[in-house]
Amino acid sequence: MKFLVCISLVPDTTTKISFVDNDTKFNNDKVQWILNPYDEWYALVRALELKEANGGTVTVVNVGPAANDQVIRKALAIGADDAIRIDGSDDLDSYGIAANIAAVAKEGAYDLVLLGKETISYNGSNIGGMVAEILGQPFISYATSLDLNGNTAKISREIEGGKEIVEANAPFVLSAAKGMAEQRIPNMKGIMQAKTKPLKVVPATATPTLTSTVKYELPPAKAAVKLISPDNVEELVTLLHNEAKVI
Amino acid sequence: MLNIYAQTYSGFDYAMIDELLTEEQINIRQSIRAWINRDIISHIEDWAQNATFHPEIMQQLGQMGCLGPHIPKEYGGGGLDTITYGIIMQELERADSGIRSCASVQSSLVMYPIWKFGSEQQKQKFLPLLSTGEYIGSFGLTEPNHGSNPNGMECRVKKVQGGYLLNGNKMWITNSPICHLAVVWAKDENNYVIGLIVERAMQGFSTPTIHEKWSLRTSITGELVFQDVFIPEENILPNAKGLKAPLSCLSSARYGISWGAIGAAMDCLHSALEYSKDRYQFDKPLAAFQLTQKRLAEFITEITQAQLLSFRIGQLINSGKATPAQISMAKRNNVEMALRIARESRQICGAMGITGAFPMMRHAMNLESVITYEGTHEVHLLITGMDITGINAF
Ligand SMILES: Cc1cc2nc3c(=O)[nH]c(=O)nc-3n(C[C@H](O)[C@H](O)[C@H](O)COP(=O)(O)OP(=O)(O)OC[C@H]3O[C@@H](n4cnc5c(N)ncnc54)[C@H](O)[C@@H]3O)c2cc1C
Ligand SMILES: Cc1cc2nc3c(=O)[nH]c(=O)nc-3n(C[C@H](O)[C@H](O)[C@H](O)COP(=O)(O)OP(=O)(O)OC[C@H]3O[C@@H](n4cnc5c(N)ncnc54)[C@H](O)[C@@H]3O)c2cc1C
Repeated sequence: MKFLVCISLVPDTTTKISFVDNDTKFNNDKVQWILNPYDEWYALVRALELKEANGGTVTVVNVGPAANDQVIRKALAIGADDAIRIDGSDDLDSYGIAANIAAVAKEGAYDLVLLGKETISYNGSNIGGMVAEILGQPFISYATSLDLNGNTAKISREIEGGKEIVEANAPFVLSAAKGMAEQRIPNMKGIMQAKTKPLKVVPATATPTLTSTVKYELPPAKAAVKLISPDNVEELVTLLHNEAKVI
Repeated sequence: MLNIYAQTYSGFDYAMIDELLTEEQINIRQSIRAWINRDIISHIEDWAQNATFHPEIMQQLGQMGCLGPHIPKEYGGGGLDTITYGIIMQELERADSGIRSCASVQSSLVMYPIWKFGSEQQKQKFLPLLSTGEYIGSFGLTEPNHGSNPNGMECRVKKVQGGYLLNGNKMWITNSPICHLAVVWAKDENNYVIGLIVERAMQGFSTPTIHEKWSLRTSITGELVFQDVFIPEENILPNAKGLKAPLSCLSSARYGISWGAIGAAMDCLHSALEYSKDRYQFDKPLAAFQLTQKRLAEFITEITQAQLLSFRIGQLINSGKATPAQISMAKRNNVEMALRIARESRQICGAMGITGAFPMMRHAMNLESVITYEGTHEVHLLITGMDITGINAF
C-alpha cells in the first residue's frame, strides 16, 4: 500500500508569538519549527506501522519553502521512505495548500492520505476535507485507530461521549487524533539514513486565493491582580459577580 | 518527584556554537533530548532517591544510538565524529551523570578498546551486541590499592596452556554487577600490562556490588573478583601493548565527560534561572537582586568557556591532533565548573533547592564521583603541570 502523509511545520510550543505587517503576518523571526505533533506522532507513525506490517511505502509531503527541509528530514529520520516538498510560499491559503497536496496525491496514486486532525498552530482542521473533496474520495476525520485488512479499513473515531467504528475502502483521506499511535523518537541510525533518502522538490501550482488573513490578535494581556482584604468578603463577591462575571 | 522546569530545558548557546554544528548534530541532540524528556526525566529523581539502577536503560541507550556512536558502522556503531559523541554525552548528563556514565563506559571503555586493540573475531563477536545494549560491558582498571597510580596494579596473569590464569581484584567498577563481559587490565609475568575480555560465565569470576553510595545513585558500581579465572588466548586483546592502551581509552571517555559536565551545569543554570524569575522576595524576583545576577552571569560565562574548550578539543581529536594533556585540561576544568554551578545554583533556590523538585543536589552529588573518576582533579592538574614544565611531580 502506498501511504502519503501530510506534514506541516508549527512553531515550537515555547515560541513567543508576535506579528508583523500591521498584524497581518506571523513573525517568523527566531522561530524554532517542529513537525506538527498530530502529523508526526499519529498519522506518520501509524502509516509506518501499517507499512511495517503489510509492506508498502510511506511518502511525506509538505508545502513550504526550502528552509523547511531540515524539519522534513526529521520525518525521514523517523522512517518515511521519501519526501516531497511542494515549493510554495507561506502565503498560500488552506485551499491552495490542499489543492497542491491533492495534485501530488493524484499523480502518485496513493492508496491512503493521512494527516493530523489539526495543526497546533492554526487549528484549522480543513486541509483533509478539502484534499478528499478534490480527489473525490471519502474523508474520515478525528480517527483514533486505523486497521487494515487488504483494502478495507476499520477505523474508530472519538465522538461525544463514545466511539464510532467506521469501515471504508481505500483510497480515502484520514485525519489522525491522539491514540492512533505513539510518538517515535528518531534514533541516530534514522537521522544518518535520512541524509540519503530522496527529498523531491516540485513547484507549487498557482491557485486562487479564497481566504486571506486580515488581522491577528493576541489574547489580552493579563490585567494586574486585585488584592482584596480577607475581611472584605462582600467586595470580593461583588467583584466576582460584576467584574469577573464568574458567579 | 517533579522537576517543574525540566520540560522547558533548551540548553544555552551564548557564543552561538550551534552555528558550527551540522544539521545532523543538532537533530541528534534534539532526539536525545526528546527521549530524555519523555522517558527519563520524570523518573530520575525517584531512581536517584531510591538508588535504583534500571538495566533496561542500556537497551534504550542502544536503541537511540548512544552506545558506541564513534565506533564504525560495520561493527554496529554509529560511525559519527567525536563532536557528535560529545553532544550525546552532554544531553545524557543533563539528565543524570549516572546515565551518562553507562554510555561512557560502554562506548569509550569497553567498545573502544575492543575496536582499537581487539582481533577481528573479537570485534565481530562483541561490538554489535554491545552497541544494542544486549550485552553490558565494564572496564576494570582501578584496584583496591591502586587508583591514581594504575601502574602499581596487582592483578596478574600467568601463562598456561591455551591461555592465561587471572587473579586479583578490581574495585569501583561501573556496571560490574550486571556486566556480561569485562575489559580487564592485568600484568603478565614480565610486568607488562595486557588487556583481556573476561566473560560472565567464566569459572572463578564474581562481581560484588558496592552499596551506600551518596553519588551516582542511578548507576551501579561494584568489584571484579578473579580467582584462577582461565582466559583463553582468543580473549586477549592482541594489540593492547602496555599501560598506554587503557590510558588511551580514558582519553576518549574523559573528552566525553568534558561535554557531559556542561550538560549537568546547564541543567542547573536552567532551573536556577527560571526559579529566580518566578520566586519573589522583598517584592522583587530573586533575579532582580545583584547577588543573584552575579551568580547567574558567572554561570553562563563559565559554561560558555567550557563549551568553547570542549568544542575545540573535539575538533582536534577529529583531526588527530589532540594530546592527552589537552583532554585532561578540559575534563578537569569543566567538571569543576559544573560542580561549582551545581552547588551555587542550589543556593539560589533556597530551601526548595535541597529537595528533589530541583536537580542541583543530585547533580552536585554525582559530580563528586565525576571529579574523582577518570583521573582525579589533582591528577589532571599534575598532568597539565608536567605538560608545561616538563617535570613529573606525581
Ligand atoms: C562511582 C565510580 C565509578 C567508577 N568506575 C570505574 C570504572 O568503571 N572502572 C575503573 O577502572 N575505575 C572506576 N572508578 C575508579 C576511579 O577511576 C578512581 O576512584 C580514581 O582513579 C581515583 O582512585 P582512588 O579512588 O583509588 O583514589 P586515590 O588514588 O587513592 O586518590 C585519593 C586522593 O589522593 C590524590 N592523589 C593521588 N595521587 C596524588 C599525587 N601524586 N599528588 C597529589 N594528590 C594525589 C587524588 O587526587 C585523590 O584526591 C570509579 C569510581 C567511582 C567513584
Ligand atoms: C531543612 C530545613 C529546615 C528548616 N527549618 C525551619 C524551621 O524550623 N523554622 C523556620 O521558620 N524555617 C525553617 N527553614 C527555612 C529556612 O530558614 C529558609 O529556607 C531560609 O530562611 C531561606 O528562605 P527560602 O528558602 O524561602 O529562600 P529565599 O528567601 O527564597 O531565598 C532564595 C535565595 O535568594 C537569596 N536572596 C533572597 N533575598 C535576597 C536579596 N535581597 N538579595 C540577594 N539575595 C537574596 C537567598 O540568599 C537565597 O540564596 C528550614 C529550611 C530547611 C532547608
